[in-house]
Amino acid sequence: MSHLSDLESHSIYLIREAFHGFEKPAMLWSMGKDSNVLLWLAKKAFCGRMPFPVVHIDTTYEFPEMIEFRNWAKEHYGFDLAVWTNLEARAKGIGYETTDPVTVTHELKTVALQQCLAANKFDALITGIRRDEDSTRAKERYFSPRNAEFEWDYKDQPPEFWNHFTTDSGPGEHVRVQPLLDWTEIDIWRYLEREKVPLPGMYFSRNGQRYRSLGCMPITKPVRSNAKTIADIIEELKITRISERSGRAQDHHERNAMQKLRAKGFM
Amino acid sequence: MSLLSETALPSQTPAESLPAHGAPAAQRPGSDHLYLVVVGHVDHGKSTLIGRLLFDTHSVPDGKAERIEAACKAEGMEFEYAFLLDALLEEQAQNITMDTTRVPFHTERRSFTIIDAPGHKEFLKNMITGAASADAAVLLVDAQEGLREQTRRHCFLLSLLGLRQIVVAVNKMDLVGYRPEVFDRIRAELGEFLGRLGVEPANFIPISAKHGEGLLRHSDRMPWYRGPTLLEVLEKFRANPPASGGPLRFSVQDVYRFDARRIIAGPVESGRISVGDPIEFVPGGKRSRVKSIETWPPENPPPRGPIGAGRQVAVTLEDELFVERGQVGAPLTDKPFEARTFTARVFWIHDKPLRSGELIPLKLGTQQAEARILGIQRTLDAVTLESGTGTTGEVKVHEVAEIRMRVRRPIAFDVGGKVPALGRFVLMRGRRIGGGGVIDSVVEEPPEARGVNPVSRSAILGHRGCIVWMTGLSGAGKSTLANALEQRLLNSGILSAVLDGDALRTGLSRNLGFTADDRSENLRRAAELAIHLANAGVVVIAALISPFRVDRAMAAERAKERGVPFAEIFVNAPLAECERRDPKQLYKKAREGMIPQFTGIDSPYEPPLAPDLEIRTDRESVDDSIGKLAELALGLARPSEQTGGGADI
Repeated sequence: MSHLSDLESHSIYLIREAFHGFEKPAMLWSMGKDSNVLLWLAKKAFCGRMPFPVVHIDTTYEFPEMIEFRNWAKEHYGFDLAVWTNLEARAKGIGYETTDPVTVTHELKTVALQQCLAANKFDALITGIRRDEDSTRAKERYFSPRNAEFEWDYKDQPPEFWNHFTTDSGPGEHVRVQPLLDWTEIDIWRYLEREKVPLPGMYFSRNGQRYRSLGCMPITKPVRSNAKTIADIIEELKITRISERSGRAQDHHERNAMQKLRAKGFM
Repeated sequence: MSLLSETALPSQTPAESLPAHGAPAAQRPGSDHLYLVVVGHVDHGKSTLIGRLLFDTHSVPDGKAERIEAACKAEGMEFEYAFLLDALLEEQAQNITMDTTRVPFHTERRSFTIIDAPGHKEFLKNMITGAASADAAVLLVDAQEGLREQTRRHCFLLSLLGLRQIVVAVNKMDLVGYRPEVFDRIRAELGEFLGRLGVEPANFIPISAKHGEGLLRHSDRMPWYRGPTLLEVLEKFRANPPASGGPLRFSVQDVYRFDARRIIAGPVESGRISVGDPIEFVPGGKRSRVKSIETWPPENPPPRGPIGAGRQVAVTLEDELFVERGQVGAPLTDKPFEARTFTARVFWIHDKPLRSGELIPLKLGTQQAEARILGIQRTLDAVTLESGTGTTGEVKVHEVAEIRMRVRRPIAFDVGGKVPALGRFVLMRGRRIGGGGVIDSVVEEPPEARGVNPVSRSAILGHRGCIVWMTGLSGAGKSTLANALEQRLLNSGILSAVLDGDALRTGLSRNLGFTADDRSENLRRAAELAIHLANAGVVVIAALISPFRVDRAMAAERAKERGVPFAEIFVNAPLAECERRDPKQLYKKAREGMIPQFTGIDSPYEPPLAPDLEIRTDRESVDDSIGKLAELALGLARPSEQTGGGADI
């Protein structure tokens, strides 16, 4: 299992660099599988402590089962949980019932995150994105600066090698720290299995269906699957060639939706 | 060519070749994951090669190839394998890869991550970003064009980055009629060039990426080529084995004090580490043994190691040493160099040149130090390998040079590829990496002549600076003694100053609280200030609770490093007595819960084990105490006149 251990070691190095390099880092957590690997790695990095807050951007369209998991995990792991919702947007009536999914995602995730960052003055956000999730993510850096407008300048990214990164940011700016960048979906599952990391039950098959990727309730669809265990899921992934986020409607709403979302600060 | 009319390739569905419950190639025992970089001149076909490899190994998600085919058809173009990779719109518009892309794929034998490095000149930084983390490289050369500028530059950088596993693919053989003499000419020319760089490629392979020839299968059109296919070579490359066989190099990344444990965390760069190992921290030379390896979730029994190279580790030590980020743990018998001046080969990737004489931040492992560029020996032309004159005094963007540099304080490093991670560094231009380098040799130098000699100050003052550090509980009498001592010394013509905890807390450290970390930072500031004052000739009387031994040890060591005499005074009175005195009503407030983490109440005080002087303020008079203190302070400040109270000078 040396490849998984290599990935784990490098991720822990990155998480420790983030903690050392920034005044006020925070970790983003969606309760999804990648997020839970991230939490697990942070607990390992700090020998059981979680020395920075864990942030959940709550769109108010979360699956109830995920909220249940959130409450359980907070107690189980023992961390400071900061939940943030873009209340103004909700008050204005922005929601999946009335608005297109790209706008909703932008308002309830990206803008909510901007608000949360401004309110808490976080200077680094540790996220669980992976290169293999989407082709625009393939070009990310481990430490990826974002300007005060949250924009990602993917045309002029800082060089990054020999484990040296961009570890400071100007006023209002922040750095995305992305310890899972090198992991693939199957690595995540193998690691979850090896480490016995607790997970929400929705990833596993019920009535012939399971969720492969979890987002907002109205735009996240299950896939047909009989995978009831992680081992089943791994077997399934070895055969499938359907992309992971195919069940996530906001990615497909229009051409280049993902690129637009990311340039505007989406995770 | 239509994508859908491709001739069928051997089935590579990985699940078939694996045991029912087994992991695929990457996790089978004895197998490994290979990071592969593809480099070469712009338009020599890198993206096409990668796209084709992905396609032929069935590593492309459903729908992606079809979408690109539809897009190509709409534009009236033939199918472009490169578009499988170039997902961003701008890239498709310009037809060049803009940044480093990482793409996983696997075959029956192993799994890979391809790092696509761009060939466009401005994007060299991305190529380095990609190539620096690779195990092996595919160097692509266009059969029609032969060696071009970027081909040579990339060869040079691969050698500098330490990549030794290189395969050369001579691409676009279809466009030269599959003629062996074209291939032979390129092989001869490139082989000679690489030889001068000390690089010996594993193979030269004629291919046509576009037609999938020479990648997974041999081409009928090149029967004259009898060597392996590209994939056969890639499957045989070794993932860079972590240097577990070398001497231990444990880079201290951080020190955590979340609870009573003092956990030293960081990567094992080479060698291995176990509980009980003697270990020395360089620079500094402090020694201890590994007491425990800390893990979460806790393991039963607790792990004892060895933890090998490439892994992260968190340990505690048997002794309470002041260890900090940047130090390197090593065996007592095989330590890295601890030095300030060295020569290095550097490559520069920032628009603003690196100039001779400039002071620039250097990062090596977890160490950081300011470095002075002493001289630029010669700049090398990466294309011709000719030496430049070196008289310009600068290294411009995309240039390579041999330089000599000196860091402001000693750092730990290895040379000659002994431990690669500790032999290479980056130079920071603002927030960005401006360039990187590899240390070639240590330069011996005479003790540095400083602009101002502290001796000349002491000649004026008639004494030298030193630090008298008083520690003890709140209310033990530190401030009273400090003020009286200051007056006594001033009366004797000795420049002295009190550094008082309360004054620090309202000024220099007003942004700090009372957690262990904040207390530690407060004392670090106090120590630095005291050292500066002492260096300027002042006898500094520090009156600080300083409850933790390790923080006091830090202050003493810092002073010693900077040549400042230091004495630790234990101002001792029982807690009950201090609480009875309670001059500032602090104990009262602490007992009422109004002051959390108050030393002696709900935060510990660790008395000195071997103070230079102990004063029992509950038993002796202030005059008696001052007498002893003054004798000690004079001994430190005027060592030639009298011998003082046991202080280590």
